[in-house]
Amino acid sequence: MTAQTTATVVTDPFAASEAYATIHAAAIEAVGATFGDQLVETALFRGETTLVVRRERIVAILALLRDNPDLGFDRLSDLTAIDYLDLGRECRFNVVYHLMSRRTLARLRVRALVPEEELAIDSVVGLFPAANWPEREVYDLFGIHFAGHPDLKRILLPDDWDGHPLRKDYPIGAEEVQFSFNQDEIAEQYPHTLAAREERYFVAHPLNN
Amino acid sequence: MATTLRPNQTANGTQVMLSGDSMTINMGPQHPSTHGVLRLILELEGETVVRCEPVIGYLHTGFEKTYEQKTYLQGVVLTDRMDYLAPLSNNLVYALATEKLLGIEVPERAKVIRVLLAELTRINNHLVWLGTQALDLGAMSAFLYCFREREVLLDLFEMMSGARLMTSFIRPGGLMADLPPGWTELADSFIRAFPEKVTEYESLLTKNDIFRERTIGVGVISRERAFELDLTGPSLRACGVDWDLRKLAPYSGYETYDFAVPMRDGGDVYDRYLVRIAEMRESNKIARQALDRLPDGPVMVDDRKIALPPRAELATSMEALIHHFKLVSEGFKPPVGEVYQCIESPKGEIGVYMVSDGTGKPYRCHVRAPSFINLQSLAPMAIGGLIADLVAIIGSLDPVLGEVDR
Repeated sequence: MTAQTTATVVTDPFAASEAYATIHAAAIEAVGATFGDQLVETALFRGETTLVVRRERIVAILALLRDNPDLGFDRLSDLTAIDYLDLGRECRFNVVYHLMSRRTLARLRVRALVPEEELAIDSVVGLFPAANWPEREVYDLFGIHFAGHPDLKRILLPDDWDGHPLRKDYPIGAEEVQFSFNQDEIAEQYPHTLAAREERYFVAHPLNN
Repeated sequence: MATTLRPNQTANGTQVMLSGDSMTINMGPQHPSTHGVLRLILELEGETVVRCEPVIGYLHTGFEKTYEQKTYLQGVVLTDRMDYLAPLSNNLVYALATEKLLGIEVPERAKVIRVLLAELTRINNHLVWLGTQALDLGAMSAFLYCFREREVLLDLFEMMSGARLMTSFIRPGGLMADLPPGWTELADSFIRAFPEKVTEYESLLTKNDIFRERTIGVGVISRERAFELDLTGPSLRACGVDWDLRKLAPYSGYETYDFAVPMRDGGDVYDRYLVRIAEMRESNKIARQALDRLPDGPVMVDDRKIALPPRAELATSMEALIHHFKLVSEGFKPPVGEVYQCIESPKGEIGVYMVSDGTGKPYRCHVRAPSFINLQSLAPMAIGGLIADLVAIIGSLDPVLGEVDR
């Protein structure tokens, strides 16, 4: 991330307040002191601090940020991922954690690098139970595996869907949409025909057996 | 044949007697009380719910993928379609996130109108919630009362934006246009009359024995469990937590308005009802303050690299024409960076995480949808209760499936 540390930062209406800036600095220092080899870089943009870390110790890093009494980032407000394919970054996927402290109200972003060769990262559901569905969503739309997740399966797309749509190399508009005028034509082209669906949902479904 | 009952501790701490003779049934996606296309796989022992697994995705339209194909300005129209009961809140959070990327602030008049509209849309959302919640529990007339007032709000939205639901009125840099003549008068008469209408709804429900029987002590969730599952919005405030982003992290000048954050301690369906009713009154207060202080001035930033030039200038100024062409074909280009911006939507914390690569389209735009996260709390609330109560609990969480599935 290119940090936008130009001279205009001083008058930036979005700059973090002094209290938040202190907490951000303390978080960087705490992670750097304990996991120096894991912390890749930090970035500041519009008063928001980002920590870029390796994925191996992600659970320990988030646990440190949560349990350190000076930091207290005890809320995971959001979890998602980015595919950096088009930007040609060294590490293609990043899983993004948005942390927040319920006491100080400071926010912090942690990005974990997930290489394309091994699409897996440890699940943080044990630390933050709210991460359950967001991790399933990332698994569904990016195909990143969360090790230790209690129930890792697709959440938004059907179970038999091919591919992961939020990846940058997932094509848009590659499939012709099936309407009533071209119903049979499309059905012939694709294996997901009405008959196959009927078989799956009404005949072979566990609820009916 | 007699079956032996064995006690079972459920997730929310209540004990149910299980015979071991359970039945798995499917509720939804086509079910009127699921408020859209929510599907639940339920395991029942008699009428007691012992397992509840929400199955979502029936409305998944890939908004986050589509944002990446649209310019920042075009992306606004997608936000309406997520939470279609509170489109202006979604417009607002998207606009604020984009403005944060750009590093700009909007004129004062635009800010005040944004607050006014955000509160009217909160009332609009809560009216639909109240009507359908009451309808789910068999109270037909409350629905008709709520939709009577909602009609006025939709008329207001139509007057200013041309659309009743998909307003796209709040945009990066300010507003689509200024308020039309006659708008403030109609808004004024609505705000003046509304508190009495809330009293009217309350006279139908708050002391109604049937309504209280169906809601008090139903779908209880503890404060600790709500924190764990990151419940936000009115449902969290009904657990006795003072948590409102309008107070905690004010945006658009909310710190200058005088309003209270309604709270209750019970964490049940009835308390969530009371919190939302009180919120409607508070929203009305904020709307009144915003309308009274409405300053004069522009409603769009003055930067020609961001805002479209006025229509009249296009005929006379070559420069305006070039700006118009560039903005419409390529869009404005924020600097490289990433921001997370959240606001208090009627349903809880809605956040937009936007990543810019310096081009005219967002590289990644993720929405932290409150309905999606809040729906995780449904199972802990429902397990151990009756299946009839499940209907009340779904309504009390106020999910909009467009936002859950995105």
